[in-house]
Amino acid sequence: MDHSLLERLQLSPDGIQIANRRLIQGNEAICEGAIAAGVHFYAGYPITPCTEIAEQMSIRQPQVGGVYLQMEDEVGSINAVMGASLTGKKAMTATAGPGISLMQDGIGWTQTDEIPSLIVNVQRAGPGLGNATRSGQMDVMQARWGPNGDREAVVLAPSSVEEAFWLTLKSVNLSERLRMGVIMLTEGLLGLMREVIDLPDFSTVPIEDRITPESHPDAGQYDGSRTEIRPFASFGTGYRSINGAWQPPGQVSNYYAGSGLSGLDAQDYNIRRLHDKVLSRRDELTFTESSETEDAEVLLIAFGTQARVARFAKDELRRQGVKAGLLRLVTLFPFPEEIVRAAAANAKQVIVPEMNLGQIRGEVSRALRMHDAEIVGVNHVDSTYIEPDEIISMVPAAARRQREGAAV
Amino acid sequence: MTTVEAPRATERRQPVKPKPMQEYIEVFGNLPDEKQGRHFRYCPGCGLGIAQSAIVRAWDRIGLDPEKVVTVGGSGCYAVMGSYLTASQAHMGHGRACAMATAIKMSDPELTVITLQGDGDGMAIGAQHFVHAARRNIDITVVIFNNFVYGETGGQHGPTTPRTTMTQTSPYGMVENEFDIVNMALGAGAGYAARTTVFHAQHMVRAIEGAIRHKGFSVVEILQNCHELWGKRNGMPKATDMLAWYRDNSVTSAQAAKLEPEDVLGKFVIGTWTAPDRPEMSEEWQKLVARVQAGEVEPSKGASSKPPALQ
Ligand SMILES: Cc1ncc(C[n+]2csc(CCOP(=O)(O)OP(=O)(O)O)c2C)c(N)n1
Ligand code: SF4
Ligand SMILES: [Mg+2]
Repeated sequence: MDHSLLERLQLSPDGIQIANRRLIQGNEAICEGAIAAGVHFYAGYPITPCTEIAEQMSIRQPQVGGVYLQMEDEVGSINAVMGASLTGKKAMTATAGPGISLMQDGIGWTQTDEIPSLIVNVQRAGPGLGNATRSGQMDVMQARWGPNGDREAVVLAPSSVEEAFWLTLKSVNLSERLRMGVIMLTEGLLGLMREVIDLPDFSTVPIEDRITPESHPDAGQYDGSRTEIRPFASFGTGYRSINGAWQPPGQVSNYYAGSGLSGLDAQDYNIRRLHDKVLSRRDELTFTESSETEDAEVLLIAFGTQARVARFAKDELRRQGVKAGLLRLVTLFPFPEEIVRAAAANAKQVIVPEMNLGQIRGEVSRALRMHDAEIVGVNHVDSTYIEPDEIISMVPAAARRQREGAAV
Repeated sequence: MTTVEAPRATERRQPVKPKPMQEYIEVFGNLPDEKQGRHFRYCPGCGLGIAQSAIVRAWDRIGLDPEKVVTVGGSGCYAVMGSYLTASQAHMGHGRACAMATAIKMSDPELTVITLQGDGDGMAIGAQHFVHAARRNIDITVVIFNNFVYGETGGQHGPTTPRTTMTQTSPYGMVENEFDIVNMALGAGAGYAARTTVFHAQHMVRAIEGAIRHKGFSVVEILQNCHELWGKRNGMPKATDMLAWYRDNSVTSAQAAKLEPEDVLGKFVIGTWTAPDRPEMSEEWQKLVARVQAGEVEPSKGASSKPPALQ
């Protein structure tokens, strides 16, 4: 078990017992991570490259007393996930490509109606039907901005099979803690990749549950602040619950209680509250991994599988005497701009390799708009993986050496 | 497959229980604002009010515990109804009620799950969830308030708008054919389907009561007057015009059975239709979980030498 991985995700390794060591596929690791986190409801519609999650969940959910529900489409799936969550169950779905596009409406509801749920996008290549069996990183900005309206999104991206396991667990924990849908953005390549990982004894992992009227000390008395997280009343637990919101006996309205607002003021308050609820907790949900960024003059910023490639490039650049560093983003949104700025403090060049045409580079540019580093991308959209050499060739000194090497 | 059940005369004369049904009614809804919210949102005379009272009466007859009832609604004029009832409520996206309700029932089979849907909500944008919920025979009750139009958005035509009638978006008369909700439900696997109108108040109560008591997927289509949008364009501008129209143009399924088919055309056939029981999904799932957890079944490994015995 990689302790630094757990610590990065703010999961305490204390007390976690290892149950066994297994060669396991990325998609299966997501299923196990979800079950470890207490997910007892899965709804989905088959799509490559995430069908292994459905297959595995159809085996595992009955074993743990949960529900596997194959819906008529992805719109049904995300709505079923919300329905299950409204009864208090931890629930998830997984999809890809056009499936995640169909889910956008529902994902927006999980965020704005504050219904805990996990949405996994095992990204495949391309817009439209795309290339089903090929990997991609093209749904980054959709994950942030897909649904209508102004809302925050929590989007997390693993780089390895072991991280997929723990990040799934963490995503479920965060969805419960923040009372909202959390998106895990993985990739076809990672979904089908097999790596050896230590699987913990599920009864020893740290899991979190949403606050309820019982567990909340001032149940029902919302503080009216813009950062509060409100207790969630599940259906059938004795409260009159409206999408999880509830009212103590004798109180007419609950939605804006504490704010003393109505009409458009209430709308303004609620949109800002949902925004501040997430942003005020950035420390709890920002996960990144920095290596040799302190003195980095060339900073690589990458996520997911391509961060693994970037590591080779960074190591090679260091070997050649270039002060290169790597910032790997696990949390994509809220975009960790402070951390990006700190890592780029000494950078003259920032390179963002990604399997799209520059979606994270756009965010990096926004974060570094006051910074005079050159920001460049290495971008593949043909589903081939970026080679370390392509990254290295973006660095002028290293590129010169590459050319000279070729001439000898 | 259809059995016919006409309202019997003796039953028809029986008064509905006089007991006030306050435990089910949230007088002001959950709407927060004095000025904006605390009045009934339905237009005066709208059939939704009568339909709502029928729902409450049906709950009262069964003696449902409101803490164990969930209504699921989407978007439409009817969608505020859940907030006038004391039961818990999922008030979510347009048309998604059957998908949500299926998951709610699967997750907590103790709950009585009732969807409140419009003809547009249930039969257009939500039709795929409707037919699949019927196919699964999940134990939920679907109530469709059929007012022939998309009321909330101003009276556009929908999948139940009668041919040739006028709506905001069929200004020359509706050219499409309409759905028969009852047949659609039965064809998709429902065990109980009823059609009633807001004129036939007591029949409506019994139809809803029967649907909720039915174990498995059930649907009640309530023909509900929208005199404001549909009636006005079709010569019936008052609520009473439309109620009289329902009265004069409805036949019971028993009466219809005795009529020539052409005499039934253009009539609303009200009644209850049932089909033989099929396995109910949430119960089947619980049985499966018990067998898996007891180690009685193993997951299929991808290859088998035994052809299936279809049931
Ligand atoms: C996804 C989506 N599309 C469109 C709408 C707009 N819309 C709101 S209510 C409605 C029609 C409702 O018609 P119906 O279900 O028949 O209910 P009624 O208003 O007639 O009671 C529509 C189209 C919406 N809310 N959501
Ligand atoms: S528009 Fe029609 S359906 Fe809507 S409330 Fe008014 S009368 Fe009723
Ligand atoms: Mg309608």
